[in-house]
Amino acid sequence: MTEVSINPAALGPTASAKFRERVLPFILFGMVLVAIPFFGPSRTTMTLLNHIGINIVFALSYNMLLGRAGLLSFGHAVYLGLGGYFCVHILNWIDAADGGFWGNLPVFSMPIFGFAMGAAAGAVIGWPSCKRAGTAFAMISLGVAELMSAGAFMFDSLFGGEMGISGDRMAGPDFLGLSLGPLADVYWFIAFWTFFGVVAMFAFTRTPLGKLSEATRDNPERVQFIGYNPTRVRYLVFIFAGAFAGMAGGMSSVQDEIFTPENLSLIPSGAILIAAYVGGIRYFSGPIMGAIVMTYMGSNLSDYTAGWLLYLGLMFICVVMFVPDGIAGLVFGFWRGVRSPNRSEVFGKWAWQVSGVVLMIVSIIIIVEVAFRWSDGYGEVFEPFGLALSHTSILTWILAFVPLAAGVVLMRHAAAKYEEA
Amino acid sequence: MTQSALKLINVHKSFGPAKIIQGVDLDIAKGEKHAIIGPNGAGKSTLFNLVSGLYSLSDGEVQLNGKTISGKRPFEINRMGLSRSFQVSNIFSNMSVRENVRCGVLWSLGYGYSFWRNVGNLKEVQEKTGHILNEVGLLEKANLPAALLPYADQRTLEIAITIAGGAEVIMLDEPTAGMSHSETDRAVALIEKASKGKTLLIVEHDMGVVFGLADRISVLVYGEIIATGKPEEIRGDPKVREAYLGEEADEIEGASA
Amino acid sequence: METIVFSLLNGTIYGLLLFMLSSGLTLIFSMMGVLNFAHASFYMLGAYCAYTIMGVTNFWLALLLAPILVGAVGMGVERWGLRKVHANGHVAELLFTFGLAYLIDEVVKIIWGRTSVNYKVPESLDFTLFTLYGSNYPAYRIFILFVSIFMLVSLWYLLKKTRVGLIIQAALTHPHMVGHLGHNVPLVFMGVFGAGCALAGLAGVIGGNYFITDPAMAVQMGPIVFVVVVVGGLGSLEGAFVAAMLIGILQTSAVSINASFADIFGFLGMTATSEVGGITIASLAPMLPFLMLVLILIVKPTGLMGDREV
Ligand SMILES: Nc1ncnc2c1ncn2[C@@H]1O[C@H](COP(=O)(O)OP(=O)(O)O)[C@@H](O)[C@H]1O
Ligand SMILES: [Mg+2]
Repeated sequence: MTEVSINPAALGPTASAKFRERVLPFILFGMVLVAIPFFGPSRTTMTLLNHIGINIVFALSYNMLLGRAGLLSFGHAVYLGLGGYFCVHILNWIDAADGGFWGNLPVFSMPIFGFAMGAAAGAVIGWPSCKRAGTAFAMISLGVAELMSAGAFMFDSLFGGEMGISGDRMAGPDFLGLSLGPLADVYWFIAFWTFFGVVAMFAFTRTPLGKLSEATRDNPERVQFIGYNPTRVRYLVFIFAGAFAGMAGGMSSVQDEIFTPENLSLIPSGAILIAAYVGGIRYFSGPIMGAIVMTYMGSNLSDYTAGWLLYLGLMFICVVMFVPDGIAGLVFGFWRGVRSPNRSEVFGKWAWQVSGVVLMIVSIIIIVEVAFRWSDGYGEVFEPFGLALSHTSILTWILAFVPLAAGVVLMRHAAAKYEEA
Repeated sequence: MTQSALKLINVHKSFGPAKIIQGVDLDIAKGEKHAIIGPNGAGKSTLFNLVSGLYSLSDGEVQLNGKTISGKRPFEINRMGLSRSFQVSNIFSNMSVRENVRCGVLWSLGYGYSFWRNVGNLKEVQEKTGHILNEVGLLEKANLPAALLPYADQRTLEIAITIAGGAEVIMLDEPTAGMSHSETDRAVALIEKASKGKTLLIVEHDMGVVFGLADRISVLVYGEIIATGKPEEIRGDPKVREAYLGEEADEIEGASA
Repeated sequence: METIVFSLLNGTIYGLLLFMLSSGLTLIFSMMGVLNFAHASFYMLGAYCAYTIMGVTNFWLALLLAPILVGAVGMGVERWGLRKVHANGHVAELLFTFGLAYLIDEVVKIIWGRTSVNYKVPESLDFTLFTLYGSNYPAYRIFILFVSIFMLVSLWYLLKKTRVGLIIQAALTHPHMVGHLGHNVPLVFMGVFGAGCALAGLAGVIGGNYFITDPAMAVQMGPIVFVVVVVGGLGSLEGAFVAAMLIGILQTSAVSINASFADIFGFLGMTATSEVGGITIASLAPMLPFLMLVLILIVKPTGLMGDREV
């Protein structure tokens, strides 16, 4: 082996690859955020977009734990909730203040306080929790979430009991000309902090601590033998995850102006777990996609069908079983397939699979919708495209099971046919 | 070579009723290349785990450069300048080869748990990572995911991570196990180069490697060191030949220094 | 005195029910490493199935059939669901059962509606057994006591005295060893999962009409079952038993204590009108199990009687 002089820069990705992978997506993301208001979204859309922004930050902060550090938490909403509650209180202090620090504080800065509160909560709760990893960590997070949400009901002056605590985002001085009264103002506020949060959390993955967090996820034993304490790594990451969740709470306090003890409970924690996982925890952009899709579904699907939670459960189980890399895995897989040399074969396989999945989805929708109408007992009939599908009609049963069977056959066929590939 | 780098004093380890290490004394001088040989199940890996802090001692003491390290946690021992490899490759499988080595470099360059720096911009880190990758010959495979490496390369990466932190005392647990002849030769060359000027403690089954590399050899049988000495002393020792019946005894005979 | 006796009696019954529910999960968790999130959903299924079967036939048939049915569902879940996910690790398995819990909740709502069903104690058991301190004590509670004890003894017999039991015991403490013994591991897993679910179903059958049968019963019970298993310790049915009784009695007693912090810490100058002072012990009862969970995991990770860490 001869000594060659190494150019360390040549080892890593080239400057253009770096730009393409690490800068360009953020520029595009920022441009989309700026462009959206020019399409004149309705108030409902605007609210939905704001919630999507909050959930993007929340889901990414969750993935700092699950995807990047291998820590499964069932209580991440605790940090969003505590950050948010803190900000609602600050909103009230601003409202009540007559000059002074609070009186001059723009509401625009709420996410900073949420961040601080989330970090503080993470530092306190994380200290005992992070001594353990794996299932024990998951159970501790569950216990903590139950304790916090039950405890919150006891301290009305802090958490406001069942009604929660509300604030007024119009209080305090304007900032950058935003009074935060109209939804359009709130959009800019959310867009700014979403962008900031996404960039900051991406930057975190590039730091020594971020890298060590991945190393600890992969192999906590070995980390000890390169000079790091895995417990310390987990603890620090946990604080950051809590902080960014708290930041999302600060954003939410301005958008919704209310927090209730429900916000701390297992339900929102479970929802963000599902969003991050469905989006794809192995990709940085996965939780973003998950947050967009799940927030959209949560607000729209629930209007269309009573069975939306059932669809959600089904979808989640299917992702766990068949697409562990989530939506992002599908998206990037598609991209790779498009660019691969044996494109035609890949497309062939996809065609089979997509038709199979579509057929199965048709069946499942029919079964669920008919079942819900039957269960309601109002005699309502499911009528897609003018077809009257009552639970007594034979057509219903044919449509419910024939496509399902056909879909299964197609999937099997695709699997067998392209197995060698 | 008078000062001892690593010193084991009356080290014991039991798992429940099973006494696996029963009073090991060892004194390894600075710069010495010391090999431990012994049959399977003799407790060699257990000894490594005791020294490196993975297991706690049942009795006895371990000193690194005169300071007691038994009772300290693995990362503390590592920071004091002792680094070890594993018999079964123990790497960060979802990260690239380069990232694996880079993780090994970070602490020694003082970057600790920092979260305000971009690893990509740390020149020192990149240079040292590149240097080590080059030294072990994994430069071309730097951007592959570690899990996809062929077996021999994973063993090499294991060594690379071990030496990345620049520790003065290096412990390698069967670094060439499962390698072909040519791969073994390459690994030995690498080990010689990487351990130049450092203290090396190595467990190895390949007698050719052991007798070629080691300044001194200890023979561990049933958790006890039955002989320690220069390669030629070990070769002639009747107790050692007794412990290694048959084929391996011939191997010890045949191995040339 | 009166309160103490009633608390102890009711606490014991609640504890036994909890144990019946948790014993299945302890078996599953210890052998397969799967902390089945949907375990309480099988408990709910048991109650609802019993309700339906009882509507058609009678309670006794329901007592027999519902657990079998639930066990069969559990085996199906293991065979076509969990087994596929197994390769992706414990987190994926945990998430699978997490999704399953959602799913079962919704399916139950479709089939039986969103409100509680009128699953009643059978008439043959609906009478006052004895009168204690002037209060009537319902016979059904004693029936629960007997069923639980019967199940406890059967389980003990099965584990200690039969061949299958020996295998399961070996697998509890050394899960990776079962394969080496030449047993069909997937089959053993499927059997254990099914049996665990059947036990949960049985708890549902006798608990559903003691408490209330509604779609929220799984969510209420689920986390507490975890607590029992984790507090009891991995691989330890005895531990689960102790933990279940402890939680049962503790929670039931706490509910009946009306003292507030102000009463207890009054000597520190705390008043009942202050926020902290106004908190009663009774209102803390739902939090007790989780406090125990967190403390145990931090202080004694092996649980009360387990020999392995979670
Ligand atoms: N953690 C442990 N618990 C119980 N026994 C162990 C443990 N680690 C090693 N042993 C036992 O110690 C003995 C020595 O093992 P090891 O040190 O791996 O031998 P070697 O590396 O010399 O082949 C073996 O019998 C092994 O079963
Ligand atoms: Mg060994």
